[in-house]
Amino acid sequence: MKICVLVKEVPDAAVEKRMDPASKRLDRSGEKNLNPFDTHAIEAAMQIREGGAVEVDEIVAVTMGPESAFRALHKAVSLGADRSVHLTDAALAGSDVCATGYALARVLEAESPDLVLLGQQSDDGECYTIGAVVADHLRMPSLTQVIRIDVRDGKLRCERQAEYGYDTVDVELPAVISVGDAINEPRYPSLKAIMGAKKKQLDTRSAADVGIEAARIGAEGSRTEVLAVNPPAQKQAGEIIEDEDTNETVERIVAWLEERKLLA
Amino acid sequence: MSILVYALHYQGEFNRNSLGAVSEGARLAGELGGEAAAAVVGGDDLTDDLCASLGRYGASKVYRARAPEGLAQPVVDVMAKVIADDGFEYALFGGGLLGFEVGAGLTARLDVGVTMEVTAVRAQDGRLVAERPILQDSAIVDVGYVGEPGIVIGRLNAFDARDGGDGAAEVVDVEVELERHSTRATMVKRGEQRGADVNIEDAGVLVAGGRGLGNAEGFELCESLADALGGAVAATRAVVDAGWYPYAAQIGQTGKTVAPKLYLAAGISGAIQHKVGMQSSEHILAINKDPNAPIFEFSDLGVVGDLNKILPKLTDAVKAKKG
Repeated sequence: MKICVLVKEVPDAAVEKRMDPASKRLDRSGEKNLNPFDTHAIEAAMQIREGGAVEVDEIVAVTMGPESAFRALHKAVSLGADRSVHLTDAALAGSDVCATGYALARVLEAESPDLVLLGQQSDDGECYTIGAVVADHLRMPSLTQVIRIDVRDGKLRCERQAEYGYDTVDVELPAVISVGDAINEPRYPSLKAIMGAKKKQLDTRSAADVGIEAARIGAEGSRTEVLAVNPPAQKQAGEIIEDEDTNETVERIVAWLEERKLLA
Repeated sequence: MSILVYALHYQGEFNRNSLGAVSEGARLAGELGGEAAAAVVGGDDLTDDLCASLGRYGASKVYRARAPEGLAQPVVDVMAKVIADDGFEYALFGGGLLGFEVGAGLTARLDVGVTMEVTAVRAQDGRLVAERPILQDSAIVDVGYVGEPGIVIGRLNAFDARDGGDGAAEVVDVEVELERHSTRATMVKRGEQRGADVNIEDAGVLVAGGRGLGNAEGFELCESLADALGGAVAATRAVVDAGWYPYAAQIGQTGKTVAPKLYLAAGISGAIQHKVGMQSSEHILAINKDPNAPIFEFSDLGVVGDLNKILPKLTDAVKAKKG
């Protein structure tokens, strides 16, 4: 079995994120990191490999992003991927969900994986949708927000929480599965793995390399346009208490509750 | 200009967020000078009467297809066919997991634009503009569509269901041959309830616990405080998935939506998926050791500190006050 894991480089959690008013795109300058949700997808691939129910020949980390995104691939390899593929092209900048999903599907097609795993959301885009978009392009069955995967009889038995409780779904391969963070606790990479990651094979692909039609990507190929970026309606900021003396803190909380007649 | 709305149902009843989407679709279609129709996919519980009842929420027509329930890809096939046959300028989804998946699949199938987590939609110059909060709700982008149909996926509880009391939609059966990949996932068990059945929707006070409690035992602190306040205990998705607390107590995107007089969030960071299920609470009090937790952005009183120190003392103080 060959597993491709889709990963993304996102601004570090500590970076104050903002929209660039001129381009109406996310300002992606500053510290970056591998999307935390993607580390769960890599861990899920590793656990399938180590579970022994199926022979995993290869785990390939795949990303689309600017030149700097190779660092996310190095991180992915340090967490267990065998090699990585970097789709990067100036023409891809400004792609919306539709264009991004199309481009990722083309680069995945060139790898012909049996299973595509990804994190259920990215820290910056918060879209939740890329897995289902990619799956339809690849004409593969798909499930998102999965919190358990068992390999049985060459199929995946997946569990997830949906609108009415927990669902158990059997999915035939090849398939695209996005995972939630409850699925596992990602391991920490060893120092050796971190040092070794730079030496593993990393293939860089342009849009033309994987047969991406130029008219379907980038801002020009996108099917949505950002018309305006506005501040949210201001909600009056709440009062904040830093707990130093807990007795005093509790007194203040109780007074606050009483004022609002919540202890009646 | 007409709008096709997906209406999710389960055991003979439509989902509240889907009814909201139907109402919103009807309102927007009215402004664009068109009509709203609904697509429903499932088994025998989709009776003529049930489908026609979407007319009360403003649907003029309901397309009904018999196909497996609870999975997105068969719905993509159905909606793609209805759009191809009858032509719709927009497809609209209420908040929830399946709506996201169906909308995303349709985006790929039809090579069209999608906006998700939408909190408001307006008609402007004969087109729809979707408003979407981004970056932990620190900004709102207005999104327009290039080409048709434009796909709008609402955030949970973004659209209010408005029952007009009467009106029956025309019900049309559609035959759809499912794509091969849409038949390669099979529901084994749907809607399994894990953990005890608890009622949190009628409580005036909710003490909700999150990952910050540290472990399942941490919920005992919440239970004691809830007892003292005369309320019930709720939980985030993370701790329910971890098995610390029953699913029936879960707030948020795939759980319950609540609006108690007091919502006390203990060790909850305040992710959007949680926020959408409780932001209408009258008073929000958050206790978290991380001063940067997003929950402090929308709480009325925020306490930065250690739950293990604060909750027991708060419980005692509340008991003393209430006598």
